[in-house]
Amino acid sequence: MTAAPSPLSPLHAVGGRGRTPAPGQRHHILSVLVENKAGVLARVAGLFSRRGFNIYSLAVAPTDEDGHFSRITIVVDVESAPLEQVIMQLDKLINVVSIGELSPAEAVERELVLVTVAVGPTERSQVIQLVGVFGGEVVSVGADRLTVMLAGRPEKIDDFEGLLEHYDVIELQRTGRVALPKLDRH
Amino acid sequence: MTGAQALIKSLEMQGVDVMFGLPGGAILPVYDPIIDSSIRHILVRHEQGAGHMAEGYALATGRPGVAIVTSGPGATNIVTPLANAYMDSTPLVVVSGQVATGSIGTDAFQECDITGVTMGITKHNWLIKDVDDIPRVVAAAFHVATTGRPGPVLIDLPKDISNAQMEWYWPTSLDELDLPGYHPLTFGDPFLIGQAVELIAQARRPVLYVGGGVLKARAAEALRVLADRTGIPVVTTLMARGAFPDSHPQALGMPGMHGHYTAVTAMQKSDLLISLGARFDDRVTGKISAFAPEAKVIHVDIDPAELGKVRVPDVGIAGDCRQVIGEMLLAMDAAADRPVVQDLASWWRQIDEWRERFPLYYEDVEGGAIKPQNVVEQLRDAAPEDTVVVAGVGQHQMWASQYWKFEHPYTWVNSGGAGTMGFAVPAAIGAKVGRPDRTVWAIDGDGCFQMTAQELVTASSEQIPVKIAILNNAYLGMVRQWQEMFYEERYSEVYLSPDLPDYVKWAEAMGCVGIKAETPEDVGPAIEKANAIDDRPVVVDFRTDAREKVYPMVAAGSSNDDIVVHPDQLKAAAR
Repeated sequence: MTAAPSPLSPLHAVGGRGRTPAPGQRHHILSVLVENKAGVLARVAGLFSRRGFNIYSLAVAPTDEDGHFSRITIVVDVESAPLEQVIMQLDKLINVVSIGELSPAEAVERELVLVTVAVGPTERSQVIQLVGVFGGEVVSVGADRLTVMLAGRPEKIDDFEGLLEHYDVIELQRTGRVALPKLDRH
Repeated sequence: MTGAQALIKSLEMQGVDVMFGLPGGAILPVYDPIIDSSIRHILVRHEQGAGHMAEGYALATGRPGVAIVTSGPGATNIVTPLANAYMDSTPLVVVSGQVATGSIGTDAFQECDITGVTMGITKHNWLIKDVDDIPRVVAAAFHVATTGRPGPVLIDLPKDISNAQMEWYWPTSLDELDLPGYHPLTFGDPFLIGQAVELIAQARRPVLYVGGGVLKARAAEALRVLADRTGIPVVTTLMARGAFPDSHPQALGMPGMHGHYTAVTAMQKSDLLISLGARFDDRVTGKISAFAPEAKVIHVDIDPAELGKVRVPDVGIAGDCRQVIGEMLLAMDAAADRPVVQDLASWWRQIDEWRERFPLYYEDVEGGAIKPQNVVEQLRDAAPEDTVVVAGVGQHQMWASQYWKFEHPYTWVNSGGAGTMGFAVPAAIGAKVGRPDRTVWAIDGDGCFQMTAQELVTASSEQIPVKIAILNNAYLGMVRQWQEMFYEERYSEVYLSPDLPDYVKWAEAMGCVGIKAETPEDVGPAIEKANAIDDRPVVVDFRTDAREKVYPMVAAGSSNDDIVVHPDQLKAAAR
């Protein structure tokens, strides 16, 4: 039993069901360096809706010590529009400084999920065990609930989320993925 | 000095000579230093007028238009001009007042999140939260509005920032503008230029497809050289009328939904479209999958996002049209050992046959009603060649574009992409302010005129002698035409009445001369009388034939192969 997504999960809403695109679905990762100014996220999000481009997930945070710039990592559905068109339109935003394009094969991608699960005496140890197998952590313990955390590749998060569906999930929050290019080994 | 003084001084530093506006609460501090400024302020009657005047000024001069409004409704009233300028890439700088920073977000009196509202219809906008930012933001705003693909920008200025004290400075380099993400292109990639010249050299049925970008880039001279050098036929889109002289033997006129038959058909049958500053608008291409099916495409545009947005080009060159045409000409010089183009004689024979069979045509019956096309022809023949012609949106706009002969750049001012009814009267006023040396004729419809006519009060009080020709068919004519053709003549909410309002009395009430022309015999004398007036605005009410439709026509969503000419021409062709 999975509870309905909490209305307080905005990123969940942006990313649809929050899952990774299914195999075969064409998606790309854009790593967008923006000026850290008021309204920048609205400009980026507004552009996507205005031009009919679809976003799977979106993560944003400051990226330098001075806080002048932020990096927005956007997973784009490239079936809704050609990737070049998405990049070119994004690049026209004055606050967008640079855009890195990462194909899933060339990127390291990570995502984090927080899940609160209702647990009785038997489920408690099962969930703790599952979290251990996946290398996650129990981050909060209540009388009849646990909140657990897992960070990893988005597919791993999908699997974890899938297995948790057998339990009473109260709330689930994924961050959306962040990504950087894979390094050259040579 | 105060922020308000810094704003006005910044506008002066930018060389602004005129601004169009209307004061109100949040912008009050800025209106005080206007009294002492060298900048002429034109007090409009509605903020939409200020925006369209600034657009008319920009389109007639090539310089950015400036408008200034207050917060809330003042700012929302200029949203339509911003959207219009964004669609037509017109450089505009709009300053709006805003409630004090401490009140933002509290639903204060006349508060509106205008940077949020205009985010999608400006090239960029700024909400100034620090008085020290004012000179930098003004300089950045003009830089963004006028470089790259031009467009409108908005500066939102809270009242407490206007009142705050600051130490004056003026940015002296681009680095100081704090635009780390803005790097407009100019030159085209030499490799791609070489490929383009190669395609031109191989083409048998090439067409130069010229858009508004040629005017924005001030590339009309360069285009003329390219056309003369290659002998390739030229079509000029609605936004590019005047970029290439209509009297030139290679000029085929306007393409598109109501374009010249030959322009539409030449593109359709072409094997190479050389698109210069055009964007494959749906009104030009018709059904895109059926558009110019055999043509390769060279697409030159300063906005890389236009390349492949609608039609994937064979050679896409991001760059300024003037620079790229110059580079193409140099590349042609460098390959002087072989011809620049193929022999185009058979292509021209085909084109001349189309021109002969399907010129622009309307039926002019003796003793009938005034034909709107005939009014445009008579206005044209009685006006100086460098007259600036301004249109609203609808049938009259198409007739003006079709029947006027444009010989010079920046002589045609209209609302293209957005199709904003009511554009003509205020845009004509702005154009006349920018080019006081020129005759400015607005060709307007009766529906359009009623939307913004109040700005003639502005024109009278500021002594801006524009001339307005109303092609008064008592209908929302273009909608009527579509209802006649596609809705089985079921006319829904399109009748306006020829006499209500009384246009002559209305014109006189606004300080203009009002003239009425009811029969074809009245047309010439009415125009003569209007042309003789140069000390005040004049409005001529031409009572035109309401049944007249715009031909040729490609129905929305149809292929350009299915262009419909006037029924008489069709009969003649069938014989």
